[in-house]
Amino acid sequence: MNITPYIFWFLSVMALFSALMMVTSRNPVYSVLWLISTFFAISGHYILLNAQFLAAVNIIVYAGAIMVLFLFVIMLMNLNRETEPQKNRWLKLIGALAGGCLLLVMVAALKDAELRSQQAMVGTGSIGLIKVLGKELFTRYVVPFEISSLLFLSAMVGAAVIGKKETPETLKS
Amino acid sequence: MPINYYLFLSLALFSIGMVGVLTRRNAIIIFMCIELMLNAVNLLLVAFSKMHHLKNLAINPMIGVDGQLFVFFIMVVAAAEVSVGLAIIVMMYRNVHSVDIQFLNRLKH
Repeated sequence: MNITPYIFWFLSVMALFSALMMVTSRNPVYSVLWLISTFFAISGHYILLNAQFLAAVNIIVYAGAIMVLFLFVIMLMNLNRETEPQKNRWLKLIGALAGGCLLLVMVAALKDAELRSQQAMVGTGSIGLIKVLGKELFTRYVVPFEISSLLFLSAMVGAAVIGKKETPETLKS
Repeated sequence: MPINYYLFLSLALFSIGMVGVLTRRNAIIIFMCIELMLNAVNLLLVAFSKMHHLKNLAINPMIGVDGQLFVFFIMVVAAAEVSVGLAIIVMMYRNVHSVDIQFLNRLKH
């Protein structure tokens, strides 16, 4: 018996349900936790596709670093259910309708695409392994890699400059 | 698995992120929805990188590596974006004591 389809459906339902709960929950902290659950489901998909490096990076970078940063900021601002700003009901309805229209148009455009017979190779292939990706990253993609390190440096400087406490003297000038 | 399933799963996740951006007013949650949209695209890139793998394995065993490296670079850019974006949101909170995007309408006046 092949267990792959069951894992696929389980992870898909988990991702969609967690994403829906993330959008609909009132408390921002719960939103962050549901988004972490979504990221774990997506990492499960990566493992299913044998992209192990990306699965590990997704958990470490997204669920580990970025989401903790979000959680820190939310707790720093002491946001909760009571302080949560709400749009009025009509704007929410219109927003949901607009998103549904996007989904509808994309599905209608892509359901008859020539992709029907194509298969994504599940559980095989070695291109997702760290060895292969690392070799490629440090030979053909070494320039973009170095540029991304510069991007990180500038983002770090930018975050420090923006987040700096403004003193009364700098406010006047 | 058929590639269609991955396509529609990613579309659904992307649309949920879109709905979140359109229906919420909390700047941090809008930011998180953007992260969700980025992840939907990442999932689709990984699925497509495995699509023609078996057919072309004899010709070029490295086919599809580019897609996975793109995902890696998207994650890099997303991490940089989050650090700057959260700094901007913290600065905004310090000035107006709220994360409501309703207060960010000064360009209108």
